[in-house]
Amino acid sequence: MPLVVPFAEDVFTWPSDKPQLIGCKCSECSAVFFPEQSACGRCGSTAVERELLPTTGTVYSWTSQEFLPPPPYAGGETRDTYQPMGIGLIDLEGVVMVEARLTECDPDRIHIGDRVEMVIVPFRSDDDKDVVTFAFKPV
Amino acid sequence: MREVVVLGVGIHPFGRFGDKSAIEMGAEAVRMALGDAGVTWNDVQFAFGGSFEVDNPDAVLGRLGRTGIPFMDVYNGCATAATALELTADGIRSGKYDIGVAVGMDKHGHGAFTSDPVHYGAPSWYGDAGMFLTTKFFGMKINRYMHDFGISHETLARVASKNYENGSLNPNALRRTPMSVEQIMESRMLNYPLRQYMFCSPDEGAAAVVLCSAEKARQLTSNPIFLRATALRTRKAGAYEVHSSSTFPEHEPAPTVFASQAAYEQAGIGPEDVDIVQLQDTDSGAEIIHMAENGFCNDGEQEQMLADGDTRITGRLPINTDGGLIANGEPIGASGLRQIHELVQQLRGNAGERQVPGNPKVGYSQLYGAPGTAGVSIVSL
Repeated sequence: MPLVVPFAEDVFTWPSDKPQLIGCKCSECSAVFFPEQSACGRCGSTAVERELLPTTGTVYSWTSQEFLPPPPYAGGETRDTYQPMGIGLIDLEGVVMVEARLTECDPDRIHIGDRVEMVIVPFRSDDDKDVVTFAFKPV
Repeated sequence: MREVVVLGVGIHPFGRFGDKSAIEMGAEAVRMALGDAGVTWNDVQFAFGGSFEVDNPDAVLGRLGRTGIPFMDVYNGCATAATALELTADGIRSGKYDIGVAVGMDKHGHGAFTSDPVHYGAPSWYGDAGMFLTTKFFGMKINRYMHDFGISHETLARVASKNYENGSLNPNALRRTPMSVEQIMESRMLNYPLRQYMFCSPDEGAAAVVLCSAEKARQLTSNPIFLRATALRTRKAGAYEVHSSSTFPEHEPAPTVFASQAAYEQAGIGPEDVDIVQLQDTDSGAEIIHMAENGFCNDGEQEQMLADGDTRITGRLPINTDGGLIANGEPIGASGLRQIHELVQQLRGNAGERQVPGNPKVGYSQLYGAPGTAGVSIVSL
């Protein structure tokens, strides 16, 4: 079995049976952000603590990414091999909204208001390892 | 604060110009603005130059004359030109100077803008994941707006078709071929629901204005155009903006809303007093949303307004009369000064084939873009 590694560190808990996005919560004003950052984007407090985010939510909006994103995109596809992907703004149970890849990008298969759950999906295959990322999939 | 007059405007056409440098284009735009103002470079006491690609816009001094004046370089995302305009106006409002120049220039390659996400405060993996694209933000924003307020796909195409039609009447535009609603609806989907011909393109060009104190302008012109307001705002926490990896479930209004309110207050007018409008149409959805964010209609009324042709040159509220970004493209540093150039031509009655009838007296312009910055300017006779 090749090694399965996340596409970036500290984005979601890994390895894990139930991976969660790693965000943060301000101890002063309770604002929640994703990913984790060193200070609160609302009040400027540096008293922010790691917060694991809900794995389910609702599609607030979405779009398709029909063309191969230019660098620094690191998915490894070429213009010929690239398949359009969906990108959504997901309301994680009223805690925070996050931008994320969707497993669907066809307007017949994904809609505003759909319930979705977080899944780990292939991102790129390197020589000796499978690189994975997070995405949301209709429930 | 002292009143400020737009004494002259100049523009280098927007398009693609081979080896010609942005600095050459900027110098040409300034020369044209000086000629229009009836002053010389030696009369100019200070200047602001805006660009995304050019590190050193002050290099236009080498083409205009190194007179030793303070020349300040600015970059502020898609609101760069509004920023150069505001800072130049402030230099005159404060009483420090009487005559200044704001110039913008850029020379972009093809395709969507890209950069290092870390320099925008986004996580480094944001680009790796394929998220660091302005176009996907605009797709998501208008998709939700259409869902909430009943805007149709055809209305998106109507906006673009209107702007191409206006661009066909503008000798300085990048795209001068009219395009039908059907052609636009058949073009390739890029970011649902936005199609290829609903987006503007990064391109090349320059524009400049000469600003002057109203007092001094009395000696120089009998038909002054006043710069009634300039306002800049950034995104508040919780606004859903370009390059936001997260936002709050309860959204704050976009920065344009606050810049618009501040500009109306400064000018002492409301949207009902505006005769002609230039809005940031990065894509046709952005023009739709910006119509409401700037107070020109309620959310959802755009559907009927576009169907009725209200925003055409001959309509009751002409928008993007020179073709906007969709027909002109977006050389970032110059884009907002192109808007001012067009408003000034219209208020003077010099807009030729695209002249808005009925002697427009008040013009309004708005810029919005990454990383969530808006600028609004108002001019009037």
